[in-house]
Amino acid sequence: MSESEYKLGIAQSLIGHGKISRRDFIHLGLAAGLTVTAADKLFVSTARAEPLQGGFAKLGMAHGATTDSIDPAGYPDTFTQTAFSGSMSNSLTEVDAKGNVQPDLAESFESSDGAKTWVFKLRKGATFHNGKNVTADDVVTSLRYHMGDETKSAAKPLLEPVASIKADGPETVVFTLKSGNADFPYIMSDYHLVIMPAKDGKADWGSGVRTGAFVLENFQPGVSAKLKRNPNYFKNGKPYLDEVEFIAITDLAARMAALSTGEVDYIGRADLKTLGMLKRNPKVEIVEVTGYGHYTLPMNVTVAPFDNPDVRMALKWAINRQEIVDKIFLGHATVANDNPIAPAIKFATNPQPQHSFDPEKAKHYLKKAGMEKLKVDLSVADAAFAGAVDAAALIRETAAQCGIEVNVVREAEDAYWDNVWLKKPWCASYWSGRATADWMFTQAFAADSSWNESFWKNPRFNELLVQARAETDEAKRAAMYAEMQQLTHDDGGSIVLVFNNFVSAKSNKLAHGEVAPNWENDGLKMAERWWIATA
Amino acid sequence: MNPVARTVLQRLGLGLVTLFIVSIIIFSAIAMLPGDFAKAMLGQSATPETVVAFQREIGIDRPPVERYFVWVGQMLHGDFGSSFASRTGYRRTVAEIIAPRLYNTMFLASMTALIAVPLALGLGILAALYRNGWFDRLVNAVTLTTISFPEFFVAYMLAYLVISRDTFIGSEFAQSLPHWLAVSLNWILNAVPKFPTLSNVNDQTPFWEHVWRVALPAITLTLVIVAHMMRMTRAAIINMLASPYIDMARLKGMSPMAIVLRHALPNAWAPIVTVVAFNLAYLVVGVVVVEVVFVYPGIGQLMVDAVKSRDVPVVQACALIFAATYILLNLTADIISIATNPRLLHPR
Amino acid sequence: MTSYEPMAQVHRLRRSRATRAKTALKKAPFSAWFGILVILGYVIVAVFAHWIAPFGETQVFSEAFAPWSQQFKLGTDQLGRDMLTRLIYGARNTIGIAVATTLLSFAVGVSLGLLAALYRGWLDQILSRAVDVLMSIPSLIFALVLLSIFGSSITSLIIIIALLDSTRVFRLARAVGLNVAVMEYVEVARLRGEGPKWIIAKEILPNVMPPLVAEFGLRFCFVFLTIAALSFLGVGIQPPTADWGSMVRENATLITYGDVTPLLPAGAIALLTVSVNFVVDWFLHATSGLRDER
Repeated sequence: MSESEYKLGIAQSLIGHGKISRRDFIHLGLAAGLTVTAADKLFVSTARAEPLQGGFAKLGMAHGATTDSIDPAGYPDTFTQTAFSGSMSNSLTEVDAKGNVQPDLAESFESSDGAKTWVFKLRKGATFHNGKNVTADDVVTSLRYHMGDETKSAAKPLLEPVASIKADGPETVVFTLKSGNADFPYIMSDYHLVIMPAKDGKADWGSGVRTGAFVLENFQPGVSAKLKRNPNYFKNGKPYLDEVEFIAITDLAARMAALSTGEVDYIGRADLKTLGMLKRNPKVEIVEVTGYGHYTLPMNVTVAPFDNPDVRMALKWAINRQEIVDKIFLGHATVANDNPIAPAIKFATNPQPQHSFDPEKAKHYLKKAGMEKLKVDLSVADAAFAGAVDAAALIRETAAQCGIEVNVVREAEDAYWDNVWLKKPWCASYWSGRATADWMFTQAFAADSSWNESFWKNPRFNELLVQARAETDEAKRAAMYAEMQQLTHDDGGSIVLVFNNFVSAKSNKLAHGEVAPNWENDGLKMAERWWIATA
Repeated sequence: MNPVARTVLQRLGLGLVTLFIVSIIIFSAIAMLPGDFAKAMLGQSATPETVVAFQREIGIDRPPVERYFVWVGQMLHGDFGSSFASRTGYRRTVAEIIAPRLYNTMFLASMTALIAVPLALGLGILAALYRNGWFDRLVNAVTLTTISFPEFFVAYMLAYLVISRDTFIGSEFAQSLPHWLAVSLNWILNAVPKFPTLSNVNDQTPFWEHVWRVALPAITLTLVIVAHMMRMTRAAIINMLASPYIDMARLKGMSPMAIVLRHALPNAWAPIVTVVAFNLAYLVVGVVVVEVVFVYPGIGQLMVDAVKSRDVPVVQACALIFAATYILLNLTADIISIATNPRLLHPR
Repeated sequence: MTSYEPMAQVHRLRRSRATRAKTALKKAPFSAWFGILVILGYVIVAVFAHWIAPFGETQVFSEAFAPWSQQFKLGTDQLGRDMLTRLIYGARNTIGIAVATTLLSFAVGVSLGLLAALYRGWLDQILSRAVDVLMSIPSLIFALVLLSIFGSSITSLIIIIALLDSTRVFRLARAVGLNVAVMEYVEVARLRGEGPKWIIAKEILPNVMPPLVAEFGLRFCFVFLTIAALSFLGVGIQPPTADWGSMVRENATLITYGDVTPLLPAGAIALLTVSVNFVVDWFLHATSGLRDER
């Protein structure tokens, strides 16, 4: 390293503290052999890497409805999830940018008894917005809100495996599970499972008093939510922003326009079609992460013709996934292989052979099923995932080349999940993905899950699922999960089409660190994690 | 009794009956839709037990006929009821949900009407006066073109104009043009005021900012409704110009403008007023698409949202407000029709 | 004009109508000719879509959003389907639907509207109140609900839009009909004992034609817009059927970046609207009996 490069290195470390000017830095950069633009870029990126305090950000969310509420039993989409769960509240744990579980309101957690008993220690000194200390009682009450016969919570199935929760002193919570689960802390990071103050033995969600980085100031359902910084937040230095406003902009074009004209600083779910043109705007940057989310086409394996594994196999080979990635998602997705475990998740494998478009193989399996021709209905709506109708149109064309006539039925968008999903024999579906293989399999593939969307009940798979959950030996666990992924790939009733990327866009006014892959909007916690950049 | 007064009383009475029937139709239509509020809210994450618990809490486990009459009972006491989005201890009344939305809708409708109605009448009269001349054809072609694009498309194009203030000069299209043309186009674009493409207002928005924020939606709606009203004005006047008494006026040597204003227009009010009432009602009732595109919190979007989530009390209230608006506007149109036609005013 | 002349003269006028149409066509202004030619062109394209289109309606090629080229004259759409082919098939589907819808709505609306105007009394009351009820429900939202209940097949789309539209036609037909129904010659015909069919067809209809025709021109074009708006709100024609309204919707976001793709189907609608209304205007002028040519 030359002397000037060494000096540049030191100068770089000073930027964040505001101890060196842009001009001086560029001079040093020139001396070290950089061009002016390169030096300037380096200055800006380094400056931005250091979070700064203060500022106001307007965040355009892709959802928002007049029925929205701060009740954590709901949180149906990214508006409520990001504004109320991610910004205003905390769960016991959170998932970091690497996809690993970290303590959040809990300080630490450990298991015993084959991962059947979990002890969570709460963070000392954490308080609610009203100044009250967070106690084990609050945690127990908050979680019980999602349990029992009377609950209306969407998170109820999540807590089904919990046999009992009890407080052990003011700072310790003990969970006893019905069977061992080595991944239990991940479940505690769910956005529904936020901690609320207990009032008369009940979780008080209505006051909006939580523990999070921001305090709710004004909420107009379906329009906007304004939050201001919580000065007593338990995470040092966070949040960086003084104020955030979440704005519901459900129309795609309106969202893109609002970012282009600078009326918002960030938009969730950018329009893929016009992304290339948006990129040309020098004030805008694209934020893209490969998440766990995936789009599936579940077949009901209990009804003909999908009860025949060869028919399922024929359809798996009759779909051109690459074309769907290229045309529907314009490259902002990864081809999936009928395995719901995203590559970034621990224990993920890629079962062989890779399913791709192969008319010969499709015809072969069709013949094996004793059929020359096949006619099936595919029920879709863009409510399942944006692009579902177009994807079905492509599938219709490729399947036709394999002797399979796919009749695309466009269903009504509202009531899709109630009317079509789990009802029609073959339809489109979406999973935002889960942080662990066990969580994903338990919810969408286990024989007894109410969300087992293909009604697939493979005995070997279900046996492995229970064993792997309680197994603490990593190598053995990995082998079991590999076998399970192979089973879903070969025999399963869900065609996993693609893993979708979270594609959002921001003005260069906003800066952030590495973006978490577990949910959209930086794991829903962008308000806590992002800041206003100098440049 | 004065025929106008009689009509008003009669129609107001009938209006109440209409409202009642509308409420039955809407209630049954929503009941016929698949799913209910509980299922719509829980969506993909619904389980049978949570759905049942939810239904019980908001009372939709009761039979529909019973629910309807409970609702009617509340209405008769002047209570619009509570949204299904209420929770125990956190009541969200329909009135408090609708009030700000209704204000916003009326605000946008009035602003648009203030621009559009005089414009349409003026253009229509001029077009009738100079019928088949270049002015007539130009106005016709332009207004027809603007209404032949879907509303959202007009809205997007206006938004594009605002966006291209900043981006036009760097675009491929601009670079493919000769330099002088690109520069002058850019100059014209920069003369476009930087209207906000987001009309997200709330109850704290000051009046003039509210006006500024709804500029684009108001312009879009004006473009959408002017053609219809203007064409009807023109057609009605031209129709009248064929009458013998107009020939008489012409023979007396009156100027064409005076003929149109003094003789044709007073007799052409009936169809014109009907169409104007149509369009005013449309401004209140039918602007959901424009509201979505400009993110304007109006009542149309509220109703579509409520239909999607099967929030019956909100849907019912919205439907009644729309129906009442429509009934009152039509009543006004009919009164004007009667008042301007002596044969109807003094029936034999 | 001739309306209150004796019967015999009306008959003579009727006979001469064909010849009058010919002379009128000869004298038609440029805009009317333009409109007629465009409409004819659309009709030919719509009827012979199958033979004119270079590719199949749903045929998918590998390149999506391909630029204009020798092979794809207008490029390809978001799935790699030939844009020109989609436009041509779109003409067939969209115009077919629009024609069926408008005719149905006018058949229902005009006949009921004029009946109500003629008889007034309880018939008028019942019809008007029923229409008031239907019209006082926002039609777009009501259509949305009905389509969700009955499914968005093309038949239900046509019937639902037509019925909701016919209420508007009824209002207009009744309003203009009222002005005519109080005329002396209608009274005379009634005293003479003519039936309602005859009075409506021979006495009222010819005299209320102009505003109705103007409305027809607009309503016809509004059907496209209604379909586009419905597809904006998430219900519309079943894919992969090509229709202009949905095509505009699918590509609409591109316009905010100055891409012309969505302008093609939108332009197709606009051109047809303008043409239809040019012809309507000319008809309006020709039938208005206005003798002064300025």
